[in-house]
Amino acid sequence: MRKPFLLKILLAAVLLLGNSAFASVKEDSSEEPKKDLKTEIKEYINHHLQDSHDFSLFSYTNDAGEHIYVGSSLPVILWDNGLKVFSSSKFHHGETLAEVDGNYYKLYHSKIYKTDAEGTINYDEEHHATNVKPIDFSITKNVVMIIVTGLLMLWLFTSLARSYAKNNGVPTGMGRFFEPIVLYIRDDIARPNIGEKRYRKYMSFLLTIFFFIWFLNMFGLTPLGINVTGNIAITFSLAIMTFLITNLTGTKDYWMHQFNPLGDSMPWYAKIPLYIILVPIEMLGLIIKPFSLLIRLYANMQAGHIVLMSLIGLMFIFKSWLGSPLSFALAFAISLIEILVALLQAYIFTMLSALYFGFASEEHEHEHEEDAELAHS
Amino acid sequence: MEKLLNEFSIGLFFWQTLLFGLLVFLLWKFAWKPILNAVNDREDGIKDALAAAENAKKEMQNVTADSEKLLKEARAERESLLKEAREIKDRLIAESKDQAKVEGDKMIKQAQATIESEKKAAVADIKNQVAELSVEIAEKVIKKQLSNKDKQLKLVDDMLGDIKLN
Repeated sequence: MRKPFLLKILLAAVLLLGNSAFASVKEDSSEEPKKDLKTEIKEYINHHLQDSHDFSLFSYTNDAGEHIYVGSSLPVILWDNGLKVFSSSKFHHGETLAEVDGNYYKLYHSKIYKTDAEGTINYDEEHHATNVKPIDFSITKNVVMIIVTGLLMLWLFTSLARSYAKNNGVPTGMGRFFEPIVLYIRDDIARPNIGEKRYRKYMSFLLTIFFFIWFLNMFGLTPLGINVTGNIAITFSLAIMTFLITNLTGTKDYWMHQFNPLGDSMPWYAKIPLYIILVPIEMLGLIIKPFSLLIRLYANMQAGHIVLMSLIGLMFIFKSWLGSPLSFALAFAISLIEILVALLQAYIFTMLSALYFGFASEEHEHEHEEDAELAHS
Repeated sequence: MEKLLNEFSIGLFFWQTLLFGLLVFLLWKFAWKPILNAVNDREDGIKDALAAAENAKKEMQNVTADSEKLLKEARAERESLLKEAREIKDRLIAESKDQAKVEGDKMIKQAQATIESEKKAAVADIKNQVAELSVEIAEKVIKKQLSNKDKQLKLVDDMLGDIKLN
């Protein structure tokens, strides 16, 4: 049941990508000097990995040489000496300038720049655009996907909660699938890492972050071309929440450990030279922990997408009876692994968050008691 | 690193933080809290039910032990009652035997005494009758012998003769 379904998704992805890739070849051949297929694919992948200001499903060039995009435009919200709201359809997918209140904006490499009426982009010596970038609060494709995932989760889990009330504490339907996962997060992630007494107040965050990352990772594997969890702003936001919760719920013991890691084990004059090194390391550790979270999720999802799309792209480079099926088989295998990675990354993020919360809310006297109990038994 | 910073979008960060925060709050209120409470209640229910079953089992064992004890006690009591009854029976039999013997002896003695006295009375009666009869006989005999004068005179003579001899 599942395998044919995956196959369909993959086939759809291949067809889609094929369409778009060829379409862009034609477009570029008319505009700029000819690029080879490899550069095309590379640019296409790069474009896919980035956020976009419109929700395009696919695009193609019709017989008349017109570029047709299938999808919908999204609202653009800019802060540029006042709030500017307009539809992303004004950009025509980067082909034209958007003129709002006498200001001109240009979409260039998925970013909005303020330009003059001709749409000139100025570059510095490293070929970076130097135009003014207004602060961009647009409802981009990723924001739409966050909202969709949020609504999906709300619908799923409120209906699970309702099914308990209706059926005397026994879940029905989808709940039978999700309840064991919720219980797994409670019993095997939160309880052992945070502790029986304090795990409750972290449960909402842990459950939400697990399903949020998992669902968005899974959406990333659909051929809709979504890459939310592989976006650095998203993972940064998630990691900073873990960081804030860790440190805001930290106990006295936790802070004592940060500033006095050796405790009373040696006299103060012996501690001073050690602490010159130790305390900064501990401080650095505070930041490195969430930083590793943000980079891990970002890099894994980004890498997964790049590998998968590169393998699909290889099919169009090989164009042979041997190479194309081979890269198809590889892409198929990788996408299966990606399904595992999607779950694994969500698990790791949740697990490590729980671990950090556990460190921060630990009470040491209690731990010693437990050790003593263990020693006795 | 530069690529990362270039990719970082403040707008997306803003929306993600806002929406995720909202999601955590809404899910806590409408999903996680009821779900976890329901699961907890269910687990408590199962725990209680198990404990109750365990208790019931223990009680059952207690009841069985009690009834066995009762049965044993009852059996012992029956034994002792039977034994007592047998003893009483034996004693009663023995006692009544003794009593009967004593009574019998007494009756025999009484009977013997009665017989003795009756015998004595009868003997005395016989003696009286014999005496009367012999008196009557003697009377008749005397009457006959002394019916004529000669004989009377002879007797007187004989008697006088006897007295003299004495």
